[in-house]
Amino acid sequence: MSWWDEIKQQITETQAWKSIFRHGYEDTPRNRVLMVSGNVFLHLHPSKVRRHATRMRFTWCMGGITFLMFLITVVTGVYLMFYYRPVTQYAYADMKYLEFDMPFGMVMRNMHRWAAHGMVIAVWLHMFRVFLTGSYKPPREFNWVVGVILLVLTLLLSFTGYLLPWDQLAIWAVTVGSNMGRATPVLGHEGPFKELLGANPIYDARAFLFGGGEVGPATLLRFYILHCIFIPLVTSLFLAVHFWRIRRDGFSGPAL
Amino acid sequence: MAMTAAPGGGAGERVEVSIRKAIGPGDDKVHTWPHLVRPEFLCLVIVLIGMIIWSLTVDAPLEEPANPSRTPNPSKAPWYFLGLQEMLVFFDPWHAGVVLPSLIIVGLMVIPYIDINPAGNGYYCFEARKWEILTFFFGFHILWVSLIVIGTLLRGPGWNWFWPWEHWDPHRVEALTNVNLPYLLGIRDYFWSAIFGLVSIGLFFAVGAVAIYAWVVWLKGPDFITHWGWARFGLTTFLMLNMIATFVKMVMRHLFNIKYIMETPWINI
Ligand code: HEM
Repeated sequence: MSWWDEIKQQITETQAWKSIFRHGYEDTPRNRVLMVSGNVFLHLHPSKVRRHATRMRFTWCMGGITFLMFLITVVTGVYLMFYYRPVTQYAYADMKYLEFDMPFGMVMRNMHRWAAHGMVIAVWLHMFRVFLTGSYKPPREFNWVVGVILLVLTLLLSFTGYLLPWDQLAIWAVTVGSNMGRATPVLGHEGPFKELLGANPIYDARAFLFGGGEVGPATLLRFYILHCIFIPLVTSLFLAVHFWRIRRDGFSGPAL
Repeated sequence: MAMTAAPGGGAGERVEVSIRKAIGPGDDKVHTWPHLVRPEFLCLVIVLIGMIIWSLTVDAPLEEPANPSRTPNPSKAPWYFLGLQEMLVFFDPWHAGVVLPSLIIVGLMVIPYIDINPAGNGYYCFEARKWEILTFFFGFHILWVSLIVIGTLLRGPGWNWFWPWEHWDPHRVEALTNVNLPYLLGIRDYFWSAIFGLVSIGLFFAVGAVAIYAWVVWLKGPDFITHWGWARFGLTTFLMLNMIATFVKMVMRHLFNIKYIMETPWINI
């Protein structure tokens, strides 16, 4: 035994080492299974999958890329949150501060933004793939429904984030994008049957979303909380259900 | 097999699971590590590198500080909502902004419940699922993606249509010669116009439903309804006709400058 193997053995036989690592790294069938089932993250997978499910041309890896985009926005988003204040006096200045004074501030902001866009595109492509392979057919119907909810949440995440830089692009895109609120039948002050409940510009569906009659300080705080806390939490919940279901139902594939 | 499942999941359920395991596929399985983890990891590395390069080379936009008293022209929603904003050309805001998105979301959610064709579960195929795939293509590529492209690239000030080589002239005025369908057909009276509009829309859905029924009978034979059930047929037809109606209205607006088909003091369609 060389001195190297001896040191290795000494280390791997300590109580501390064995309490952390439960199996070796040799390429044996047993280790291949333990690699997945013994690791909380990899355990999202089953330890064996059907061959076609590992092929890029079957899944396009789009569900995975959507999830990766989500994770990128979480990591970069936390960084941005250290420097950003959701107050109309500061929000825009903090953008400039991020760009010119913070190490990696601009890169983080760029990556946050592009990953958000990437997530929207990837989730559409993922849905398209799932449709083309007919993977929503029994027993996966409900997971498709969970997917549609995730799609809506993805759009809402992007949309609420759009307001935070507090520049012209932000407030006007959100103003235009929220016009549906005031056009809602009965609940919006410009919608059909608006008289029924007495909807008016500061008392209707859009005012509820905005916290006032137009995009203002209350809106910024609301969107910030929705964007950074509420919608990510709800999305994580549905992601858990989505992944759990894939695991339970197994991966779709042609009948054997 | 469902019969063996005891209520509350007792021994019966275990029997069912073990039967499934015994007859289920197992022969073409491979180890997740390394066969799935490796391509996933490669994918992760490539996408991350791509994102880093993208973020180092292209800056996220930041315009002037927000100014509630200066409305930019055009004011555009985020790009992924521009298909809906484009719909404002054809429909009133309550319709384009509330009804259509709700129909899209509900319509997407019910797909697995209205598409009971067992073919193509878990693999790519076209022939056996021709109509499903064509419908999805129509909804996704034509009614969603292409409208986003139009909204992003071809709509300028005043939401007017500008070709890429045209200058975005904020003073361009387009003659608005839009008329309502009843007016175009010579009906000048408000009351009768509204009645005419209501009847046209009702007829569109009634005739459309009969036509779809006849078409499916022709495709699948007269007893298809015993598999589908009326609820499923009704829901499918309703969603289909709404999709077609949206497209018909777009064509009418673009070709004949039709504003509304039905105009009433409460809602216009
Ligand atoms: C935040 C959004 C989403 C994430 C992160 C996500 C993630 C994933 C992942 C990682 C998979 C494994 C297979 C693959 O990568 O293709 C998957 C499968 C699946 N997804 Fe999603 N998904 C999302 C949204 C959606 C949407 C919008 C739909 C449909 C409307 C959907 C329906 C499904 C279905 C039915 C499967 C099972 C596919 C099969 O067994 O072949 N998901 N999802």
